[in-house]
Amino acid sequence: MTMSGNLDRRAVVADLLRDRGGLMVVSGLGSPSYDVMAAGDHDLNYYLWAAMGSAMTVGLGLATAQPTRPVVVITGDGEALMGFGALATIALRRPPNLSLVILDNGHFGETGMQPSHTGQGIEFTRVAEACGFPTVDLVTERQGVEPLRRRIHAMAGLNLAVVKIAAENLPRALPPRDAVHVKNRFRQALGFSPA
Amino acid sequence: MTPHDTPDWRRQVFDVLKAAGVKHIAYVPDAGHATALRLAEADPDINAVVLTTEEEGIGYLAGAWLGGERGALLMQSSGVGNCINTLGLVAMARFPFLTVVTMRGDWAEFNQHQNPMGQATEAALKLMGVMTWRADHAADVAPLLKGAATMAFEGDGACAVLLGQRLIGEKAWVQ
Repeated sequence: MTMSGNLDRRAVVADLLRDRGGLMVVSGLGSPSYDVMAAGDHDLNYYLWAAMGSAMTVGLGLATAQPTRPVVVITGDGEALMGFGALATIALRRPPNLSLVILDNGHFGETGMQPSHTGQGIEFTRVAEACGFPTVDLVTERQGVEPLRRRIHAMAGLNLAVVKIAAENLPRALPPRDAVHVKNRFRQALGFSPA
Repeated sequence: MTPHDTPDWRRQVFDVLKAAGVKHIAYVPDAGHATALRLAEADPDINAVVLTTEEEGIGYLAGAWLGGERGALLMQSSGVGNCINTLGLVAMARFPFLTVVTMRGDWAEFNQHQNPMGQATEAALKLMGVMTWRADHAADVAPLLKGAATMAFEGDGACAVLLGQRLIGEKAWVQ
């Protein structure tokens, strides 16, 4: 049996990014990037279009370089599985301003809804706990989203949340694909100029 | 050239990176990098980040650059193979990328299993759009790395300095 949740991914991400202030967002390739885009394009969004497995490490580098601002990585179970080892790397660094949010539908949604490892029993919450993440959260109900949003802004400690979403493919909301543009506008929003 | 004339290239790797404004050194350890890694770990102004696999460093350094800071990836030639797909991120966003690669399977290699990746390392980097320079003599390390850092950070370049086995010295079987 393949497990997935029932939360609406677009509603969850829209709720998480409400009143975002100085929040910086890194999104994993595929549907999480569409979800972040659907919630509203923003200069402080960095969307990954490839480099599968890199969303969490981009977030780690960003949180380390900008320790006074909150950073959230919003990615999917498939993307996070490819960066499995990054959880160990991030657990050693423990930046207090970094939150990892895994939108977990238990499937590789972009490629035909093949069941993923998380849909067959591997739980990222348990992996993060084993790695020593100070805070690990499992969100299965809509009421769990607002406490997660507040935790992202609190910068009170490295944390990871698994959000159990429904396995469905929604209409794509395509982020800008010019990565040089997205990189430069992100840096300019922080006061850095292009080379 | 007497031993006193030979630059301490192991230390220079760290000194050149530090002078280039590097604040992040991401790495999978290799013996040839041991001195630079020890210095990086001891420096309170450097974030020394040990990775489980080399491509984590590409994402990490991209994030650090988004946040306004410079970094470098230290790895062995075998790790270049792990980085191939992720180097697409560097190419598409023109993230500055600076890596120092200690070679295996390059010269006087005792473990022939290192040879396939070692022989493919420089070509693999070039295939993914990374510019490369090779140092086989101690005197070349600092100037090549300094030049690579300039092209990475001033020109959004992807730059790799390869440290050859003739420079590092033969690795012997440990009995």
